[in-house]
Amino acid sequence: MLTDELGQGGTAAEGPGNRAEHQGRTSGNLVQLITPAGERVSHPEYDPWVQDVTDEQLCSLYEDLVVIRRIDTEATALQRQGELALWPPLLGQEASQIGSARTLRDDDFVFPSYRDNGVAYCRGIKLTDIIRVWRGNAAGGWDPYTVNMATSQIVIGSQTLHATGYAMGIQNDGADSVAITYFGDGATSEGDVNEAMVFAASFQAPVVFFCQNNHWAISEPVRLQSHIHIADRAAGFGIPSMRVDGNDVLAVMAATRVALDRARRGGGPTFIEAVTYRMGPHTTADDPTRYRDANELEDWAAKDPIRRVKALLDRKGLLTEKLEAAVQQKADAVAREMRSGCINMPDPEPLDVFKHVYSTPNSWLDRQQDHYARYLASFGDPAGAASEEGAH
Amino acid sequence: MTQMTFARAINSGLRKSLENDPKVILMGEDIGALGGVFRVTDGLQKDFGTHRVVDTPLAESGIMGTAVGLAYRGYRPVVEIQFDGFIYAAFDQIVCQVAKFHYRTQGAVKMPLTIRVPFGGGIGSPEFHSESPEAYFTHTSGLRVVSPSNPQDAHVMIQQAISCDDPVLYFEPKRRYHDKGEVDESLDAAGALSMEKARVVADGSDVTLVAYGPLVKTARDAATAAADEGVSVEVIDLRSLAPVDYATVEASVRKTGRLVITHEASQSGGLGAEVAASITERCFYHLEAAPVRITGFDVPYPYSKLEMHHLPSLDRILDGVDRALGRPNSLSGREG
Repeated sequence: MLTDELGQGGTAAEGPGNRAEHQGRTSGNLVQLITPAGERVSHPEYDPWVQDVTDEQLCSLYEDLVVIRRIDTEATALQRQGELALWPPLLGQEASQIGSARTLRDDDFVFPSYRDNGVAYCRGIKLTDIIRVWRGNAAGGWDPYTVNMATSQIVIGSQTLHATGYAMGIQNDGADSVAITYFGDGATSEGDVNEAMVFAASFQAPVVFFCQNNHWAISEPVRLQSHIHIADRAAGFGIPSMRVDGNDVLAVMAATRVALDRARRGGGPTFIEAVTYRMGPHTTADDPTRYRDANELEDWAAKDPIRRVKALLDRKGLLTEKLEAAVQQKADAVAREMRSGCINMPDPEPLDVFKHVYSTPNSWLDRQQDHYARYLASFGDPAGAASEEGAH
Repeated sequence: MTQMTFARAINSGLRKSLENDPKVILMGEDIGALGGVFRVTDGLQKDFGTHRVVDTPLAESGIMGTAVGLAYRGYRPVVEIQFDGFIYAAFDQIVCQVAKFHYRTQGAVKMPLTIRVPFGGGIGSPEFHSESPEAYFTHTSGLRVVSPSNPQDAHVMIQQAISCDDPVLYFEPKRRYHDKGEVDESLDAAGALSMEKARVVADGSDVTLVAYGPLVKTARDAATAAADEGVSVEVIDLRSLAPVDYATVEASVRKTGRLVITHEASQSGGLGAEVAASITERCFYHLEAAPVRITGFDVPYPYSKLEMHHLPSLDRILDGVDRALGRPNSLSGREG
């Protein structure tokens, strides 16, 4: 049985029989500002960080959450229909991604994993660009410098070092922007993540380590990665950390702001463990029924990140028919746009396989390209000939 | 022209790059106050500060991964891997990240990293201090791999590597660090012979002998010795290992009809195999004999009392030259 720690409001106690017991002594205080039932609970330390969030902004966050879920659902459908080769669903992790990404400045830089498509949406990345890689149409979906977000990283944890190095660059430049890196609970076992924390601490780099503990690394439960709360590992590196309810968009926002503020003021790195749950499979190629209990999913469905914001809006009298209709309309429009962008995406040209390997000519590759172009042209087929000339 | 050691020539090249481009930043273990275990970065931290000559924690993947992040931010990191045998801890970052970012981002993100690697044997070290891992990297698309053989080239090629927008593995033959040579520090690196070009370092007409890095000197000495026996050996210093300047090698082989390749690295799947295959493809009908490889064996780098058996020596290279020429040699009467 997994932890039920997120069922409580405020600073949730670690109940008996939950994972904390198995893990031994930990600090364990979980920041929560909205309960699963949609009750806004006060927290003296974190409330000030979200005091400025207006009703209107709360409605906007709600819209983000719904739209992201819709994007995710649509992408999964596109995969099932054969339009995408693969998709890594973020179902259940919407609040972690929206709450953190919506606190970032344009000049902050994001180094994500492959599952952080909600963050990509917040950075303003075009929907077609988000799915480009998953359709197999490109090696990367977007130009990182136009949105200050690196392309998705597949090698687990690798991007934490890139974020740390980038943050060292920010520091050298004397800027007050921040690098934030997203990774999962499984990644915390990787050497690169640990080395990133060593470097970040040694150089006091302005980097935020944002770990979405979604409890599963494909089929491996988080207890295989760590016997203490993941957030508590940071202390060993001399990095302050927070454990936050990752299904609570306000709590995530508050914690991220604490971390960003520390980094901007020269206070160095912060580690955030957003405790959430991967409600779907690892990817569309995965089958979680082989390794996890359906009851567990049910428990977490009760802590759904969207339902609680909706309940909160309802309590506040903000959940009008008009709002619901507008949100629905937006979600539908976005899904339509993505589907159309996906289906109408032009295929790459055969000789694109040689593009961008080097930034300057390379004699080995030029020869291979020349030979392959001749080979294609030998069929005399118009597509091959057109490719050779670089025309469409 | 100034007389200086190989190590000093690199140091001088690094200094010029640091002076010319504020985005150049040196990173590595013990490269600051100590000046590196081989003193290649001697005095640079004192003159350029701890933010441009950075002593890092002892984590090769960490060094490489943070260098990637700095490159993302617009810097030109020059990373020192302390010894060849320690590069494997950074292998994932080099192969999956450094080599692929330009491709992955469709040219938007450049990775102008220079990865300096003291490599090769001959200094009597314990294991992991004498290896020749270049073939792992010549096999990896997205990387450029070079190795200078003399102080002048070392001085120029380090500057060319740093100014290159693609990642460059720069293999320094550590047993030549103390060799001295004339170096023209006023030479404009951009105008000098490109690091991608091979160079004919000794003209000859009977056989082409291809070498790089530490064995160029041995190859030249072998050519001198062969001349005493009336054999004319043309020696080519490859300089660039990926891509190889096949045009230069091919032109020589078309003239001599015979090819010997030598390197310290293990034989199977090594650069010698690649050169032999490529030259055979390009000018098979000009070859009078099968290409010959004189290389290290397919063994872990041996302990120091045995390393002279593993390293291609002048005599072993001459034996290979004899084989290519069909003269009496250690394998006479046997095929292959």
